[in-house]
Amino acid sequence: MLKYANPTNFLALAARLIPWLAAAAGIALAVGLYLTFFVAPDDYQQGSSVKIMYLHVPAAWLGMMCYMVMTSAALGTLVWRHPLADAAQKAAAPLGAAFTLVCLVTGSLWGKPMWGTWWVWDARLTSVLVLFLIYLGLIGLWQTIEEPAQAARAAAILTLVGVVNIPIIKFSVDWWNTLHQPSSVFRLGGPSISASMLWPLLIMALGFTLLFFTLHLMAIRNEILRRRLRRLSIMAAAAEDPEMTAEAAQ
Amino acid sequence: MNSPLAALFWRELRIARSIGGGGAMGVVFFLILVSLTPFAIGPDLNLLSRIGPAILWIAALLATLLGLDRLFQGDADDGSLDLFMMSSTPMELVVLVKCAAHWTLTALPLIAAAPLLGLTLGMEPASLAGVAASLFAGTPALTLLGAIGAALTAGLRRGGLLMAVLILPLTTPILIFGVASAAAASGGTVPFHTPFLILCGLSLMAIAGAPFAAAAALRAREA
Repeated sequence: MLKYANPTNFLALAARLIPWLAAAAGIALAVGLYLTFFVAPDDYQQGSSVKIMYLHVPAAWLGMMCYMVMTSAALGTLVWRHPLADAAQKAAAPLGAAFTLVCLVTGSLWGKPMWGTWWVWDARLTSVLVLFLIYLGLIGLWQTIEEPAQAARAAAILTLVGVVNIPIIKFSVDWWNTLHQPSSVFRLGGPSISASMLWPLLIMALGFTLLFFTLHLMAIRNEILRRRLRRLSIMAAAAEDPEMTAEAAQ
Repeated sequence: MNSPLAALFWRELRIARSIGGGGAMGVVFFLILVSLTPFAIGPDLNLLSRIGPAILWIAALLATLLGLDRLFQGDADDGSLDLFMMSSTPMELVVLVKCAAHWTLTALPLIAAAPLLGLTLGMEPASLAGVAASLFAGTPALTLLGAIGAALTAGLRRGGLLMAVLILPLTTPILIFGVASAAAASGGTVPFHTPFLILCGLSLMAIAGAPFAAAAALRAREA
């Protein structure tokens, strides 16, 4: 495991893993979408609009999982000051924002026919919106601080502060009376959702997870290359101007 | 009172006074925000008195946060921040004392002004007391959360706006329970102390946790 903490070894590992992960994600998503549209039954109340659940729920899970991945990377940044953890953190933020946005948009589209409104200010919706705003704030922080290692430490601290929101999202449907329905998959006493709907949902969730790891690895690879390019350009500039050699050595 | 922390507290107050009353400016900003709202909503006193606590809280939130971006900026610019870091006094306590001074300078006048402004919005006496009490309990959490943002953005060129973007989402629970306890004071189904105690809890958590995050963020600026 430690061998892959070296960025060069990590790049080699990523190059070998990415095609397999991408293929697995493609297969899982294809199977999941097929099951969603042709096998999974319509809901007796909601009709075929229930099918948006197969996008909405995995996107919500991934939006939160991505934050947890970012939190572990943030610990890696603060405790070990490892550049790979910095890259993993930075790469996860836009992905998490994208999954959370998909969750919010599909939820809104689902809410219009079912609840009669695009949006309600209940605890679940608001806490997910706050998660989205935290992602945007983190992206803004990454873009504002120029020095990558310094940006990573600042983002790590903000990530750890913002992690309080994750349990609030998870338990918001239990703590408050919300229009959003309570959890029906991960609950005491087993899922309350029918197996004919649970299986397509889990396969879609697997597809989303594989998609996330594919994109995350690709983004980490890009970030490592971007850092190398930055260092090379500083060194090239230093070769022309001896006064900058000290900065390049850092 | 010769301890370094007391000295720091008085230093903060002296600096604020010498550069022209940061506290007074915050109250003026608060006054402008509150008086703009009736122009936007219309001078319907029934409506204004109902949403009065919310108006006062939003205005207090913005007035507190807008003053906070300078919390560490001046010290970062003139090098006193580096002196604080090198001193034997823990940075966490320095942050806490700076926040206490900032809260005394900006939040206390704001809390004093809030009931007066509430009168112009046609709020009931019970509701006025509720707003003042909830602001008193909630503004420490706002100041301390803002200190994390100020520490993260100290020394950045576009720091002010970024700080608001980073911190405002995290202030949602404080706003929710602050307005809830202010509204509960003037009657309603929830007893006043339920949201009020949660608000106090949020402030205590911020006092316990935020100085560590802000101090870590200040250290992260160094290599």
